[in-house]
Amino acid sequence: MRALMFLGCTVPVRNLNYELSARKVAAALGVELVDLAEMGCCGYPLKAFDQEAALVLAARALAQAGRTGLTVVPLCSSCAGTLNEAAHHLDHDPAALAQVQEKLKPLGLTYRPGVRVRHLARYLLEEVGLEAIAGKIVRPLSEFTFAPHYGCHLLNPSRVMEGFADPENPTSLARLIEVTGAKALDYRYLKQCCGGGVLGADEDLAGRMAGSKLLELTEARVAAMVVICPFCNVMYEGQQKAVAKKLGAEIKVPVVYLTQVLGLAMGMSPDELGFKLNRVKPKELLAAFK
Amino acid sequence: MRLNDCDPGFKQEIAREPGGQGIQACFACAACTARCPVGELKPEYDPRRLLRLAVLGRREEVLASPLIWLCCSCQSCSEVCPQDVRCSDVLTAIKNLAARAGYAPPSGQAMARQLAAHGRLLTVGEFENEKRAELGLPPVSEEPADYQAILGAEAAAPRPAGEGA
Repeated sequence: MRALMFLGCTVPVRNLNYELSARKVAAALGVELVDLAEMGCCGYPLKAFDQEAALVLAARALAQAGRTGLTVVPLCSSCAGTLNEAAHHLDHDPAALAQVQEKLKPLGLTYRPGVRVRHLARYLLEEVGLEAIAGKIVRPLSEFTFAPHYGCHLLNPSRVMEGFADPENPTSLARLIEVTGAKALDYRYLKQCCGGGVLGADEDLAGRMAGSKLLELTEARVAAMVVICPFCNVMYEGQQKAVAKKLGAEIKVPVVYLTQVLGLAMGMSPDELGFKLNRVKPKELLAAFK
Repeated sequence: MRLNDCDPGFKQEIAREPGGQGIQACFACAACTARCPVGELKPEYDPRRLLRLAVLGRREEVLASPLIWLCCSCQSCSEVCPQDVRCSDVLTAIKNLAARAGYAPPSGQAMARQLAAHGRLLTVGEFENEKRAELGLPPVSEEPADYQAILGAEAAAPRPAGEGA
């Protein structure tokens, strides 16, 4: 199987453990991730200010992807949501498409409708499949419980996700965790937004949004929270100390990527999976791999 | 509230923006507000109230409100809306209008400038690619020419004197 890696802005600079583990796990599952070094920003950051410009940035990426004929696989949920929405919009709005094509012309690009976008988690679930993943599990993680964090843009807006999931009752991440033999926690703030979207506008608010889930999971004593998005990671891992200080509470929640969990269960070492770069160490988990 | 202070054309103005059409279907049930994770922690942020003010034509009040920038764009509101208003998209339309009216926070222009200069929100230079190479990761490139062509010369202009990074 071949697919087109979409790194976006944040992952290739700040989340190398996510990228490393995603590449290792994909390779072990027989997925060849093709790279296009020139793919840049998906357009999401400009949407609030100028959505027409944002749509052209997304279309640039989709046009580049279209040349390869491959499914685009973003690691970032914001990139995935933005590219999914843009593809849906361009495939259903001929006037918007015509405007965008004019803007792409000077770049030597044309968007050809029908480019498929699948967040890595969705790609693993639907296109690789749980059975194929289960066949590669050599070190079941049965003694651990993880808390899935879906975030928003793997699921929303569901109208452009072609029936992927019920966003109010998601199960995809839990199934990807449970295939390793581990337990996936169901909990009150399961669907909570990380707050990353308002970090720039209101840091206090963003911190309190992340705090609800961090407080709940500190109590629950899970081996780790499992994320699939670099922005969620910023809020839960990067901001964890600041959030604890703000709330005047003890907070300790290790944060890992889905692909790090899958990699461990597939027999890879913590070093190979970039665990050295995790800032809130999942000590209980790593102790089992010494 | 004086009717003379209201702009009856404001809702149509919003409806003409991409994603803004839904405002005409809002019957103010507040499902959006009930589901909003921002409103849960900051009650003064009430998406139903913002849409109501917009429908009533309180143009300046809405466009100048710092509250419109607090939508975290999680789109939970769109999932629960019985009228398919797509509240998050309507707020994006409102923010775009506010940006054109000069009310956007400075972060918008700063991001456009960064993208025009680097094509990425986080700069990728030799240092970043060396670090990537050490871990066995392939290089990534910056294509500022593409982004300048899309965003225009204005976005690429150097930051005005006195403005912080």
